[in-house]
Amino acid sequence: MEINVADAPALPEPLSPEQISLGKELLATMIRIRTLEEGIERHFLAGEIPGFAHLSIGQEAVAAGTCAALNREDYIASTHRGHGHTLAKGTPMRTMVAELFARETGVCRGKGGSMHIADFSVGMLGANGVVAGGFGLVTGAALSAQLLGNGRVAVCFFGDGATNRGPFHENLNLSAVWNLPAVFVLENNHYASTTSTAETMKIEDVAIRAAGYGMPSEIVDGFDALEVYRAVQSAVARARSGGGPTFVECKTYRIRGHYIGDPERYRSKDEVEARKSDDPIVRLQARLGEALSSAQFEAIWAAAREEFAEAVAFAKASPPAPASDAFVGLFVGDRDKSTVYGAFAERESERF
Amino acid sequence: MAHSITFSEATLEAMREEMRRDPTVFLMGEDIAKQGGIFGQFKGLPQEFGFERVRDTPISEAALVGAGVGAALTGTRPVVDMHFADFITCSMDELVNQAAKLRYMFGEQCSVPMTLRAPDGITKSAAAQHSQSLEAWFVHTPGLEVVVPANARDAKGLLKSAIRSDNPTLYFEHKTLFTQKGEVPDDDDFTIPLGKAETVREGRDAAIITYGITVGRALEAADKLAREENIEVRVVNLRTLWPLDYDAIADAVAATHRVLVAHEAVRVGGLGGEIAAFIGEHCFDDLDAPVLRLGAAHVPVPFSPGLQDAMFPKAPAIANAVLDLVRNRR
Repeated sequence: MEINVADAPALPEPLSPEQISLGKELLATMIRIRTLEEGIERHFLAGEIPGFAHLSIGQEAVAAGTCAALNREDYIASTHRGHGHTLAKGTPMRTMVAELFARETGVCRGKGGSMHIADFSVGMLGANGVVAGGFGLVTGAALSAQLLGNGRVAVCFFGDGATNRGPFHENLNLSAVWNLPAVFVLENNHYASTTSTAETMKIEDVAIRAAGYGMPSEIVDGFDALEVYRAVQSAVARARSGGGPTFVECKTYRIRGHYIGDPERYRSKDEVEARKSDDPIVRLQARLGEALSSAQFEAIWAAAREEFAEAVAFAKASPPAPASDAFVGLFVGDRDKSTVYGAFAERESERF
Repeated sequence: MAHSITFSEATLEAMREEMRRDPTVFLMGEDIAKQGGIFGQFKGLPQEFGFERVRDTPISEAALVGAGVGAALTGTRPVVDMHFADFITCSMDELVNQAAKLRYMFGEQCSVPMTLRAPDGITKSAAAQHSQSLEAWFVHTPGLEVVVPANARDAKGLLKSAIRSDNPTLYFEHKTLFTQKGEVPDDDDFTIPLGKAETVREGRDAAIITYGITVGRALEAADKLAREENIEVRVVNLRTLWPLDYDAIADAVAATHRVLVAHEAVRVGGLGGEIAAFIGEHCFDDLDAPVLRLGAAHVPVPFSPGLQDAMFPKAPAIANAVLDLVRNRR
């Protein structure tokens, strides 16, 4: 039998030692995110986590690849599906879990929860309960970086749904015309809540919209963490050197429902099953091949599980956010009773 | 010592002094840099501070306020000009869900030292979409400071305090006031503290609690009542609507026992309701008459001058309401 060489799938280039080292780092980040989110799912279903929670299982390569291309001082703004971004940017798992458990030791003192988690100590400007809420924050953070000349870059994570909102248009245009050091990373998981992109836009590649703003763009395989890293790293380098913003579209897929408990009537089980082979963890493990032994792979998982167990123990040992905290923390100075705001907080808290 | 300048010039002085004092202060808005603003309130600033710090922007209110919040979170003090207050509606998410909430929601990790300048109010048949006074919406929203200057002195002192404030501050400036002259202190460091009202006229027979453009109208009414009816009216200029100076309100009730609350904003759901309710709850024993409220009728602002002038309170309506109060006609 003759083999037609042109028809055979191209073998990937062998990884360089640097790529192997980076790949291991990205794999560890993705496994930490997966472990965190599978744990959140269990504790949410057990009734230990109040509110809403949205999981990014299947999309971890975007968070891991993007944040690996950033410095600690660089900024990110995230979405309602932001656990992965937050962890990848450097927020400790224990203060994240404590926040989700509504504890005083949570990174937002138990006032934000899953949808509004932020960590300014690592440049994480917040998950956002409003779809497209991050665009303005990133444009502004990039503007301040430009004005202050501090060399920082701001990255906006957003989904396909956000690209149909007005702030997407206004902020991409403004960032482009002012040449701001920003990177817009689209996680195209093909669903806005329950509605597929096929029903909400007439284009296949959202990245073509960037051309309308005079902004360069790139489309990458969002299941391939190394590819996401390569594209974002190049966009970050352009932004940092004064070349302005870039649009990076990561084609990915959300394996879980829109929220924990979503009955998922809008898509078939077969569709979801078919995408499981794209799992970014499986893909990167395969790509690393013999460079990563199965013992090493298991050790990464074990470390992540241990980290999560420690985080849950920390959260459970922490007191809940105190009720008196409801009345303060709105204005600068309102914890100080001698200020005008302190007096207001005092009056309000006496009413109940 | 003091000098006499217009309200517009007073805001210009405030911005110039604050920009000299703090290199992280910058301005952005539509038509502010090359045109100098609709009321000349930005004239000359780019020549001194450059077009990087005084920026003309696209017509993108959501991006302006959103970027203002982002810049404020990350080490600068933006002053965003809203062109007309009516257009705040195009940036409500950025203001209400982002600016007002981030500090609280993120457990005090951040602050939003942004000032939003918003020219508002009824003037010269600007009609329904360029005449509104929307301050009550933002007093109702926890997390925003709301400032309303009544004259040139207020304009300067309050704008400087707004820019220096570490909280998001809305600065509502009435379009009619921009050309009005007033005495402003010469001191470069002159500020007016947020959250403190000013008694601008003493009087024992009744009190008018008011703010912004209506302060001048209340003073005109008070002078007429003193001249023609021998009635002495205290006038309280609130200056800041949040934090609201409830103590000054209670003091005015205790001193006069009769209170009128007046504003140009629509009466229904307006700030007058909050003030009247506060007086009812906390100062009932001091009252000799029910608290009266004056505000615009519950209709959009019409174009025709005759219709426009019929639907919001000016000095004669304010004087009549005080007479009703003093003579127990209500």
